[in-house]
Amino acid sequence: MPKDNGIGASPKRREDVRFLTGAGNYTDDINVHGQAHVHFLRADVAHATINSIDTSAAEAMPGVVKIFTGADFAEVGGIPCGWGVTDRHGNPQQEPRHPIIADGTIRHVGEIVAAVVADTLEQARDAAEAIELDLGDKPAVVDMAAALGDGSTKVHEDLTSNLCYDWVFGNPDDDAVQAAFDSAAHVTTLELVNNRLVANPMEPRVAIGDYSRGTDEYTLHTTSQNPHVIRLLMCAFVLGLPEHKVRVIAPDVGGGFGSKIFHYAEEAFCTFAAHACGRAVKWTSTRSEAFISDAHGRDHVTKIELALDADNNFTALRTNTMANMGAYLSTFSTSVPSYLHGTLMAGNYKTPIVQVNVKTVFTNTVPVDAYRGAGRPEATFQLERVIDKAARELGADPIALRRQNFITQFPYETPVALTYDTGDYVATMDKLEEVADVAGFAARRAESEKNGKLRGFGINCYIEACGIAPSNIVGMLGARAGLYDAATVRVNATGTVSVFVGAHSHGQGHETSFPQVVAEMIGIDESMVDIVHGDTGRVPFGMGTYGSRSIAVCGSAMVRATEKIIAKAKKIAAHLMEASDADIELKDGQFTVAGTDKSVAWGDVTLTAYVPHNYPLEELEPGLEETAFYDPANFTYPSGAYACEVEVDPDTGKVSIERFSAADDFGNIINPMIVDGQVHGGLGQGIGQALLENAAYDEDGQLLSASFMDYAMPRADDVPFYQVDHSCQTPCTHNPLGVKGCGEAGAIGSPPAVVNAVIDALQSGGKNVTHIDMPLSPARVWAAMNG
Amino acid sequence: MAKVSMTVNGKAASGDVEGRTLLSSFLREQLGLTGTHVGCDTSQCGACVVHVDGKAVKACSMLAQEAEGAEVATIEGQANADGSLNTIQQAFQDHHGLQCGFCTPGMVMSAAALLKDNPKPTEAEIRDYLEGNLCRCTGYHNIVKAIMAASGQDVSSIAAE
Repeated sequence: MPKDNGIGASPKRREDVRFLTGAGNYTDDINVHGQAHVHFLRADVAHATINSIDTSAAEAMPGVVKIFTGADFAEVGGIPCGWGVTDRHGNPQQEPRHPIIADGTIRHVGEIVAAVVADTLEQARDAAEAIELDLGDKPAVVDMAAALGDGSTKVHEDLTSNLCYDWVFGNPDDDAVQAAFDSAAHVTTLELVNNRLVANPMEPRVAIGDYSRGTDEYTLHTTSQNPHVIRLLMCAFVLGLPEHKVRVIAPDVGGGFGSKIFHYAEEAFCTFAAHACGRAVKWTSTRSEAFISDAHGRDHVTKIELALDADNNFTALRTNTMANMGAYLSTFSTSVPSYLHGTLMAGNYKTPIVQVNVKTVFTNTVPVDAYRGAGRPEATFQLERVIDKAARELGADPIALRRQNFITQFPYETPVALTYDTGDYVATMDKLEEVADVAGFAARRAESEKNGKLRGFGINCYIEACGIAPSNIVGMLGARAGLYDAATVRVNATGTVSVFVGAHSHGQGHETSFPQVVAEMIGIDESMVDIVHGDTGRVPFGMGTYGSRSIAVCGSAMVRATEKIIAKAKKIAAHLMEASDADIELKDGQFTVAGTDKSVAWGDVTLTAYVPHNYPLEELEPGLEETAFYDPANFTYPSGAYACEVEVDPDTGKVSIERFSAADDFGNIINPMIVDGQVHGGLGQGIGQALLENAAYDEDGQLLSASFMDYAMPRADDVPFYQVDHSCQTPCTHNPLGVKGCGEAGAIGSPPAVVNAVIDALQSGGKNVTHIDMPLSPARVWAAMNG
Repeated sequence: MAKVSMTVNGKAASGDVEGRTLLSSFLREQLGLTGTHVGCDTSQCGACVVHVDGKAVKACSMLAQEAEGAEVATIEGQANADGSLNTIQQAFQDHHGLQCGFCTPGMVMSAAALLKDNPKPTEAEIRDYLEGNLCRCTGYHNIVKAIMAASGQDVSSIAAE
């Protein structure tokens, strides 16, 4: 019988009612009294010198309050990069200044050149058209290989080249690695592209800056996944404001997928301009702006080589990747192709030697940073594609080849720095074979062939590393932040509970799932527990939501704080029952003395905490509020196996996804309904990457796919119903809930299965196609079939 | 500026608008009906779908003045008279057909328009009808399932849960 309350139950989401009735409170729904509006004049060329900007005509336009250019921001800091990667020679990454408004040079289409603040948005837009720019065009650098070539135009004149860093990870000994390849019985090599994507949460970004002259306090309303991080970065590195004078509020946020982690120029601008203009300043991104100002994702070009011995054991893996940084370093950009990618290259396999080489490159494109999975999809895609290619070359069964090389003993220390605490890759593969009905594939293929279609089956495994930590280790690796989280549990006199959490919910359903945990621990109804998030003015501290960390890191902090609450409540109960607190038990909201029939209710204890008439005041403070910070001992390691079945139309090259099956191990699960939904969404995005999506630039640095007319988002008829199973559960060993995180798995695990399935379909039709780069559009598939 | 008058969710509404003011802006900025969301500027995402004279319309692709005298229905007017969720809204909650909630108003309004014309749509018909509504969170699985459930179909055999 499924539970209807507490951990493991699937209560209906409490946040849904407001979203379903139009009562959500998204940032653009907020209007501050007296606010002005800003329109950003953005660069329409990728690389140019700004010779002059004449704003005089624009300033005379109706409603204009003030016009800002780069000169207005000369005295403030640039946007900081949150991770300093040390290169293979021990040198720091090259780190250019990242200005709020272009400082004399335009480096990508979409960069802010000027900002017009006016009474209305229409007036601001009209005035922006009257700004006269005198630009000196410079050649744009778009292709990464060209950017690294001798004599390339530099994106940043003050840097030595377009190379951000040249990094090696795993085994750095080139000769030893080469020796492993020289002695291999078989080597499979694959060159591939991990296509550049745009996260495209459905809610475009919004920022509203406000300033109170009376109190010298600032408020920034923003569409962020981590308001405390934004406050810290903006105050300490950009605007030089005292942190305690700045409140950052991220209310209902309409999806993030990584793109709303980062501190963006528009946030700092609106905060700065609110002070400069003496009134609130609001910016709402259009979708067209979002395409050229939200950080993009992926954009890796990789050569991967897999060595196998005569028995098909993996003996060595070597990768060489170029990763695009775009024109500036976004907040976590440099960590994505390095520590979030290289550390995952062992995958689910006991390959003894792994060497990862990564060059990150500046180009005249929008900055690139984390997008759902962030480095882990790139690692998984390479690995699971090269294994599939190897299986085909060797005539081996792709499932058997994977099984043969699985890690089966835990904990397992990989050659790329991680220690996997738990997992059972055999179990998830067994489950996948059942869920995906592998046995029935031959019949389904025969049916497709009868209808003139090629049918393919593709499989892959994945490992994810969530809840990046601990802080002291990531600090040694270059992180410029701690990666703990915090929670404050405030119990009211009447026994209701407010939990102030540092995680941020923007689709993940924390408002439903987090109270399930606290309610179960205390034994009270979930309706008595609310969480508060997304406001630095209410939540003491928090690091936000990204990297599938919320329940594993912030949830753990919440458990620790609740444990402190329970410990104190037991002391109060012991006093009320004249017993020793060691003898007090808490169950179903009742405190009892072991071995007696004495009891007091949760509400009696909470009331006593706030009305301490009969209370041990000499030993215990009144009140019932506790905070915990939780810094995990290790990452968590969700894993799984995915299978995709496609039909390919041989006449047109169109691919349709006929089945998609997922078997995941997320450890313990708080709310199975929400977990299913997270996987579904990740699968939709992964299928989108595999078949549809591509942020394509031309050689001049113009983004060709810069609207929903041109950038192919997955739509309802592009995807099937998914089969999702998470019954394989190996709990995490080092956090109190045994949870692992589930937010990114779907996006990490699905692209290789799709591509593997398409290759399988084409091969079944006698086409000797071994690889097609994503997205597998009809044109690309048809060309590969007929090439 | 010109005066525009219409009926919104059964109540008379009017305001002064520029010729270029979109229906979506009028609803959001002048009437404060912020449940109608704007997710793009190319009429692709469908977050702004409302009903105008009973037909589903993307409010970003219609000028406010074009709605002069029309009957407009938005997400704010969809709940039952007692404030409880209507059948479609309830199905979305029951089947986890929403996550961040931003596309949701448009999805619910599109689903209502579909079910009015086609009370028992097949999965394929639902997917086809939702061509003009983008969701980035759900992978569409639970949205399609919720609409099938709202139409009274048995969805217990659909995978996952």
